[in-house]
Amino acid sequence: MTVATDTTTRSEEVFRVTRSRRNVAWTGAGALAVVVVLAMFPYIVYSGTTTIMVQAFIVLILASMWNLLAGYAGLVSVGQQAFVGLGAYFVLILAIHGTSPFAALPVAAIGCGVAALPLWWLVSRLRSGYFAIATWVMAATVMLVIEKFSSIGGGTGMQLPGLSGFSPTLLTADTYWAGLAVTVVALAGIYLLLRGRLGLVLTAIRDDETAARSSGVRTGVARLLVFVVAGAGCGAAGALLAINQLLVQPGAVFSVQWTAEMAFATIIGGLGTIEGPIIGTAVYMVLQQTLASYNAWYLIILGLVAITVALFARRGLWGLVDEHLNVRLFPVGYWLRSTDTAERRNGARRG
Amino acid sequence: MAWVNAIIQGVLTGGLYALFACGLSLMFGVMNVVNLAHGDLAVVAGYVAIGIIAVTHVPVLASFLIVVPVMALLGYVLQRTILQGALDRSVLTTLLVTFGLSVVIENGLLQFFTANSRAIGTGLSLVTGSFKLGSQIQLGYLLVVIFATAVVVLLGLQYFLSRSKYGRLIRAVADDKEAAQLSGVDYRHVFGIAAALAFGTVALAGVAYGMYSQLQPTTGTDTILLFAFAAVVIGGLGSLWGTLLGGVVLGVAQQIGAQINISDEVLAGYIVFLAVLVLRPQGLTTRRAQS
Repeated sequence: MTVATDTTTRSEEVFRVTRSRRNVAWTGAGALAVVVVLAMFPYIVYSGTTTIMVQAFIVLILASMWNLLAGYAGLVSVGQQAFVGLGAYFVLILAIHGTSPFAALPVAAIGCGVAALPLWWLVSRLRSGYFAIATWVMAATVMLVIEKFSSIGGGTGMQLPGLSGFSPTLLTADTYWAGLAVTVVALAGIYLLLRGRLGLVLTAIRDDETAARSSGVRTGVARLLVFVVAGAGCGAAGALLAINQLLVQPGAVFSVQWTAEMAFATIIGGLGTIEGPIIGTAVYMVLQQTLASYNAWYLIILGLVAITVALFARRGLWGLVDEHLNVRLFPVGYWLRSTDTAERRNGARRG
Repeated sequence: MAWVNAIIQGVLTGGLYALFACGLSLMFGVMNVVNLAHGDLAVVAGYVAIGIIAVTHVPVLASFLIVVPVMALLGYVLQRTILQGALDRSVLTTLLVTFGLSVVIENGLLQFFTANSRAIGTGLSLVTGSFKLGSQIQLGYLLVVIFATAVVVLLGLQYFLSRSKYGRLIRAVADDKEAAQLSGVDYRHVFGIAAALAFGTVALAGVAYGMYSQLQPTTGTDTILLFAFAAVVIGGLGSLWGTLLGGVVLGVAQQIGAQINISDEVLAGYIVFLAVLVLRPQGLTTRRAQS
């Protein structure tokens, strides 16, 4: 705000504060085109490819949610697998009672968002690193409680019922479309969220929490909202996982590996940008597919790359792109735009 | 009588948890680093001990004399390189880096040593032996020794921090590292010393856990890190003796849970942890709430 008033008093004609950039129109058109092409995938590629794409969607949703938590709200949660698992179990429970798993997916997402409220009440008492381990304990506790119910498979898990009526081809295609739909909703939701008031608040917290608080920003409420949204998003990803694997096992859906994957993809791609998780997911999928036959090696290599990036290229791969090309696919911040091209580079570039 | 037995067992396992927790607590207190790889490093120490015993055939207890200094050295080096590098950037970076380390170590162990569980010193009379207290209470020698070790380690740490030169430096740096730096203290070196201390206790705890139970690559996070953390929070952040109390409360809760239903051992511990978090977030021993 001060920036805007300062510049307007100094030189009204030269600067203006704007959000849209020249590339926004064609970014929007491009995004639409990408979604349309992706939606046609089941007709044009092998089913093996769409199955891999569903995995990529799951990682992308998870990474985007984790980015919202760690990149914007400063909440390093190591317990997001609690919501992945809860999402999967919501679908399982609804499917046992006769609901179609696809119809159960949005219910699972909402259910996880609601479940995030009491869990937030518990873990928000601790800060920073202790918050991280508290979320981990939270996930372990949720898993132990779920395992107590033998009607939903207890400690061994259960096949997902309700999908036997589908032909394999149709099921693969439907799963893919469901994955695409959740991804689009998640990314669009995050984009709109960050463009709104909450986005400003979160960007302020990300850049300097103390300054944000002293300017009257209610950081607690913003963080609660982010935790709920991330819970719902991870729940939706967990629901997708259940539909994709047709099997819900507590040890698998509540594995900390989910948090490792979402964190590594986000860190490598670039923390605190919407584009980062997309790039990170691409890197993740390439590594995972290349090293698929070497067991845990892809996680080891991803981990080492993530540590290196966190230490030496803090804004990730997208940060490197942004530094050199100065582009932004999803503009959520405000720009100080000058009519003079040379000065445009010096404008406020955070966002 | 089974209940009394369970409570005594719980108190003794609490010593083991306190041994795990004091390193975590120390690193947080001094450098504001929450080391998410803490538990995995304990498992690494256990595997190193197994390797040393297998190769050199030294007695199990002698392996401590090698493993503890090796891990302490690793702690110093890790602190001076990766952890300090992360700290110079932000607290968030230390979390990302230690979480990365945790995943890398765990999967590395899985890759090289398989998921099989391993135990240390299975044939030793110290490990298998027990004595009777009265007619129905049976106590393993090992747990008693571990509890005594934990008390000695905590006493030693307390003494070291309050009396020795390096202890004074550590406290000074923990209070205000810039001010300490101005008085001519190289805070990075002091951080390294604190990390070495923490890693030494971790090594001790890791090998002890290998003797008490079994080590698997996933033990580091599933069990050690989460239990250590629960002990720290129950006892109160930043208090060494609180850590022992926290460990004991956690151990007793687990043993009582196991008495009710054998599969509820871990869950009972976490429920007590969550209850403390809700009712007394500042922990059982500290008076002032810390954020």
